[in-house]
Amino acid sequence: MPQAATAASGSGPTDKDESAGLQMLEIKNLHAKVKGREILRGLDLSLKAGEVHAIMGPNGSGKSTLAQVLAGRDTYEVTDGTVTYQGQDLLALSPEDRARAGVFLAFQYPVEIPGVSNNYFLRTALNAVRKYQGQEELDAVDFLALVQKKMQLLHMDEALMKRAVNEGFSGGEKKRNEIFQMAVLEPRLAILDETDSGLDIDALKTVAAGVNALRAPDRTVLLVTHYQRLLTYIVPDYVHVLSAGQIVKSGGKELALELEDKGYQWLGEPDLVAGA
Amino acid sequence: MSTQAQDLEALANKEYEYGFVSAIAEDVVPRGLNEEIIRMISAKKNEPEFMLDWRLRAYRQWLKMTEPTWQNVHYPPIDYQDIIYYSAPKTSSDGPKSMDEVDPELLEVYEKLGVPLKERGILAGVTPSVAVDAIFDSVSVATTFQAKLAEDGVIFCSFSEAVQHHPELVQKYLGSVVPYTDNYFATLNSAVFSDGSFCFIPKGVRCPMELSSYVRINSNASGQFERTLIIAEEGASVSYLEGCSAPKRAKNQLHAAVVELVALDDAKIKYSTVQNWFPGDKDGVGGVFNFVTKRGKCLGKRSKISWTQVETGSAITWKYPSCILQGDDSVGEFYSVALTKNHQQADTGTKMLHLGKRTRSTIVSKGISAGVSQNTYRGAVRMLAGAEGARNYSQCDSLLIGDKCGAHTFPVLEVKNNTAQVEHEASTSRIGEDQLFYCRQRGISNEDAVSMIVNGFCKEVFKELPMEFAVEAQKLLGVSLEGSVG
Ligand SMILES: Nc1ncnc2c1ncn2[C@@H]1O[C@H](COP(=O)(O)OP(=O)(O)OP(=O)(O)O)[C@@H](O)[C@H]1O
Ligand SMILES: [Mg+2]
Repeated sequence: MPQAATAASGSGPTDKDESAGLQMLEIKNLHAKVKGREILRGLDLSLKAGEVHAIMGPNGSGKSTLAQVLAGRDTYEVTDGTVTYQGQDLLALSPEDRARAGVFLAFQYPVEIPGVSNNYFLRTALNAVRKYQGQEELDAVDFLALVQKKMQLLHMDEALMKRAVNEGFSGGEKKRNEIFQMAVLEPRLAILDETDSGLDIDALKTVAAGVNALRAPDRTVLLVTHYQRLLTYIVPDYVHVLSAGQIVKSGGKELALELEDKGYQWLGEPDLVAGA
Repeated sequence: MSTQAQDLEALANKEYEYGFVSAIAEDVVPRGLNEEIIRMISAKKNEPEFMLDWRLRAYRQWLKMTEPTWQNVHYPPIDYQDIIYYSAPKTSSDGPKSMDEVDPELLEVYEKLGVPLKERGILAGVTPSVAVDAIFDSVSVATTFQAKLAEDGVIFCSFSEAVQHHPELVQKYLGSVVPYTDNYFATLNSAVFSDGSFCFIPKGVRCPMELSSYVRINSNASGQFERTLIIAEEGASVSYLEGCSAPKRAKNQLHAAVVELVALDDAKIKYSTVQNWFPGDKDGVGGVFNFVTKRGKCLGKRSKISWTQVETGSAITWKYPSCILQGDDSVGEFYSVALTKNHQQADTGTKMLHLGKRTRSTIVSKGISAGVSQNTYRGAVRMLAGAEGARNYSQCDSLLIGDKCGAHTFPVLEVKNNTAQVEHEASTSRIGEDQLFYCRQRGISNEDAVSMIVNGFCKEVFKELPMEFAVEAQKLLGVSLEGSVG
């Protein structure tokens, strides 16, 4: 069992707030299968409030699987391990309750919902979250005011709000829309699955600014990415390498540079490393 | 089965809400069908000679016809001698003279259905938005706001009243769009129909409120055969809404209605239906056989007839609201949402018959199938030789929920004028597990997500419905889906 996984639980950034440094997510020995095949094989990861973690790793290593398992997709069967989110058993919650409790997933492939306006969709989502958290639901007017602020932040075209959710959006617009939704929903734990892929340079900067604006002592971001490029804009506190369903190496932001330089091969054959 | 699928299943098995039976004394004719019964119905209604003649001609024609079998639905043979062809609440044998004479029990039934029959709560100087003709089994029991409408010359009454007070209009237009020889069920209706709604909008009048009929089948083992006739004279316009429900009965009930619309020059008729007959239970027992003929004739130049239907009920639906586009530059539209679940079967669509020059038609059909249901779109667009420069656009989309249901599309195109243009688009999709998960990941419950996705799918049709009806339709769709999605 590689020790690397526990590196993340070392000292976090300096406390700016009493919630910073508190445990946000604790994954222990997570095993998950899809269609009978084991994809996650004893994954450990610990994230504290206020931190930004990046997960990198070869294609097919299980990054999206991890993201989907955390969000509660039932095509993935968790066979062993625990996930504790803000002190509660995350795996016991339905996908919608996880979302309402503050877990947000920016999808690698955002889904189109024809006929349902982005505006209506997002208001329904926000009000479901607010209701769960004991806050008052927003009416159309208050919602609009909120949305307009967030649209400016992400340079979102107002026309996109009136269009159906992701329908006919360009690849980049879909990704930007994910971050826009995140900005409106203000989650505690944001998981971004390859939000940078498909973005042009300007869009990348805008999206990064959107994420950075959300960085807060009581919020944690988990970025899945293949490229160092994103990490120059959103500077992570920790970088982890996921290979064959396990975290095989963890380090600081400089690890991403090293990976960019050397690839994943130097970490050894994934199967050897993962063969616990 | 995944938990999502189970939730959906639970959602779809929600009970039919309008299944109660009312204990109302009824006046019925003996079971079965023969000339004697038809004479009896006609006599009960005190009809003029021409009506009885017409009924008898229809009956004799019907005896020579055979039940159609081309449609994609399956049901056990109907015993036409086991149907009661006339059933009316006892108190209204002469028809109530005013709302005060309507049996309070009946008013209560409609109240329970959410259909207001009391002309109350209307502020002085404010025009009410909807007038209702309530049909209970075989007869119309109440028509609201008749006096108010009469100020504009609008006639809105039961068919029986129209036969008594406006026989010349009835004689002129009855059967002018759907002749008594038309088809097996329409012919049967012509022989035995007992009541229905009648509207006449005179020249140049925009009907000041929505007109509506609410049809309720109550009695057991009866058939429901109502007939509606709407005439819009030159430059007149009207929006008509139709709703319906029936109690839960273990036996199938036959509903064979006919609707005829006539639009003269520059007239506009918009006919919207929300059909929520008892669909049978989840095992397919009981439910209404909805075998209906609806047709509009755009007789005048630049006239327009628009059908919008939301079909969620009935064990079997067999219905093709159609337009005969005879006047030059006339327009026909058909917007449809048909939802089937459990063992329901729907074979529905439209016919657009282009006769006049530059006639245009639009067809938008959205079929949603869940459970083990079968949903068929059947449409015909015919451009005849005189249809110079005519155009049609058709779009048929099917949405499948689960993998045990079926969606079928049978479009027929016939173009006999080479300047005419037809365009047809079709799609079939499955409600995506990925769409549901995406919604749920944003905090939206599974149930709300299904209803949101289905409503999104139907949006183009819902936007054609009058406002309050659109809201009703959306709710109905949500309720209908509860427990049926798997
Ligand atoms: N629904 C599924 N059905 C079958 N196999 C799946 C499914 N989801 C994931 N897998 C398999 O699990 C493995 C891990 O996939 P995952 O999407 O988690 O990889 P990833 O690390 O995100 O890769 P990428 O960098 O290409 O996005 C792959 O071999 C993939 O084919
Ligand atoms: Mg991935």
